Amino acid sequence: MAERLAGGVAGTSATAAAAARAAGRAALDGAGAGQVGDARRLTGVGVSAGTVTGPVVRMTAPAPLPPPHLVADPAAELASARQAVRAVAADLTVRAGRVAGEAKEILEALAMMAVDPTLGADLEQRIASGTDAAHALTGAFDAQAELLREAGGYLAERAADLEDLRDRAVATVLGRPIPGIPDPGHPFVLVAADLAPADTANLNPEQVLAIVTERGGPTSHTAILARGLGIPAIVAAAGVTEIADGTVVAVDGTSGTVTVGVEPLADTAPRVRTRTQTNLADLGPCHTKDGHPVSLYLNIGSLKDVRPGAQGVGLLRTEFLFLGRKDAPSIAEQHAAYLELFNAFPGPGTRVVIRTLDAGADKPLPFLGLPDEENPALGVRGLRTARLRPEVLDDQLAAIAAAAAEATCEVWVMAPMVATPAEAAEFAAKARAHGLEHVGAMIEIPAAALRASRLLQHLDFLSIGTNDLGQYTMATDRQDGRLPDLLDPWQPALLELIALAAEAGRAAGKPVGVCGEAAADPGLAAVLVGLGVTSLSMTAAAVPAVHASLSARTLPECRDLALRARDVDDPAEAKEYAALAPPS
Amino acid sequence: MVERTVVVGSTSGLHARPAKLLVQAATEQPATVRLRVGDRPPIDTRSILAVLAQRVKQGTEVTLEAEGEGAEASVAALAELIARNLDEEGERQDG
Repeated sequence: MAERLAGGVAGTSATAAAAARAAGRAALDGAGAGQVGDARRLTGVGVSAGTVTGPVVRMTAPAPLPPPHLVADPAAELASARQAVRAVAADLTVRAGRVAGEAKEILEALAMMAVDPTLGADLEQRIASGTDAAHALTGAFDAQAELLREAGGYLAERAADLEDLRDRAVATVLGRPIPGIPDPGHPFVLVAADLAPADTANLNPEQVLAIVTERGGPTSHTAILARGLGIPAIVAAAGVTEIADGTVVAVDGTSGTVTVGVEPLADTAPRVRTRTQTNLADLGPCHTKDGHPVSLYLNIGSLKDVRPGAQGVGLLRTEFLFLGRKDAPSIAEQHAAYLELFNAFPGPGTRVVIRTLDAGADKPLPFLGLPDEENPALGVRGLRTARLRPEVLDDQLAAIAAAAAEATCEVWVMAPMVATPAEAAEFAAKARAHGLEHVGAMIEIPAAALRASRLLQHLDFLSIGTNDLGQYTMATDRQDGRLPDLLDPWQPALLELIALAAEAGRAAGKPVGVCGEAAADPGLAAVLVGLGVTSLSMTAAAVPAVHASLSARTLPECRDLALRARDVDDPAEAKEYAALAPPS
Repeated sequence: MVERTVVVGSTSGLHARPAKLLVQAATEQPATVRLRVGDRPPIDTRSILAVLAQRVKQGTEVTLEAEGEGAEASVAALAELIARNLDEEGERQDG
């Protein structure tokens, strides 16, 4: 459920870009702070597991403008300003050529904005009236950004893109290094106030050992991207941008701690990585140290997320088939697409849990023709869209059933955003009418968790989506980077609801899994198993660390962790206890 | 002067991917094509900032105009592009 991507071509979020610039400034101001000396610790929210030691490199700072100077030769000045925007556009075009999909579209649009004729005309006028190139570029980009900001909404977000371009163009005309992801020529720990999608699109996991940001939350782009790349990451680490470049730090993406001023490792490679690109088949089935089995599944949205050797899929998102369409895909088209994905998991012992269309709120789908809503996260989304367009769900269930009949894996189907037993019953009846045998629902609404036992009177299994369940439990927009503590999946209130659902499953003898990002946190995975969750589903990169964490603990230890995690006032306390109680 | 009125076909209107493709095509045309929405002053279709600022939604009528050499062909090419649903044609992936 964490597949939010900035919408539109130039999808850099305003806050992320502004924060990246703020990071630059903080880096300048903080030069000399955080010297190597006695080790100190900073704490944030660990969002991608793994530990690593390496030197800090901060996002390059846009330096302040030099004082304006009189222009002797306006023609030459204009030529150098034009040269600078062309160079910026060329650089973005080259970077666009290295990526695909949305990242490519974003970078291409940015390149286009740099050499925009409207902006070029303004630039020309400013230089003709005696302004030097650097100040003319700043003035022209800022004026356009201001216009977009006044327009509000989608266009206001593009304002941040223009400011990013401004910083690049000014740096170029002044002969300074371009701001952005640094490339020091050796592996490093990337530190920033926040990361914009445009910056992260080209991250090189061979060079970036870990990511630590001052802002962002567990469901932010940084978090999702880092987990996808298998890079240890911490967000919301206050003060981290004050650490001087080159300082060696130890990053623990599991506990969320950054230890500053540790001794560099002796050998030439200044790093230790515990993250691995293990073949999942080599890991074998997962069970606790005392033999309690826990199924580890993958969250996938398309074939590119499939990894060989996986036990199966705990969450197959189907939105990819519907995005950007005016008309629904036909049953035949859906059938072919689902069958291809099912067949990526051959063998009768494999299970694929497919989720019906989850649209609305942060995942708008034009073809559904849903009315605009003041607060779409609380409106017609998930299964609720079937109230308006029941034929879309029926077609999808028909296609899933047809593909399931041909597949060798076991196909389970579930609905998103179920709130009441009546919704569960209706969905189950429809799915069974199509011949589907294993029917379940996502638990993403506190009401569903509270009434899980009644839902299970109609269903065969439950799957808990922790991102949405957390957002609705804490009344905190999961896209709001200012409130990361409230979205922390270790929040005891969230764990209480998970415990309720797991207990309902145990009483009914039916499986209850977790397919939210919480399952990807090795420490929390042990807590979830202790709460009674029977399977965990996550991005492939997270599987080895979770497998290791569970293999190292007994079920009683997991239960003890779970008891402690519920019996605290805040996530920090629970994590502290978990850190004090390492696997025996 | 060549003029042609066309209904915007793309799901996201003249934003995002469709806006980018329109500007890309406009820069390749021999004639400068301007775009008009209602009573608003015409804008240069080669300016992505100007195109975005028009905030044109799917189903809106827009008028293209150009003059001089190649005006006919340039207007026709951009009109054809605007009428299509460019959002459906791109490779779209779940994020």
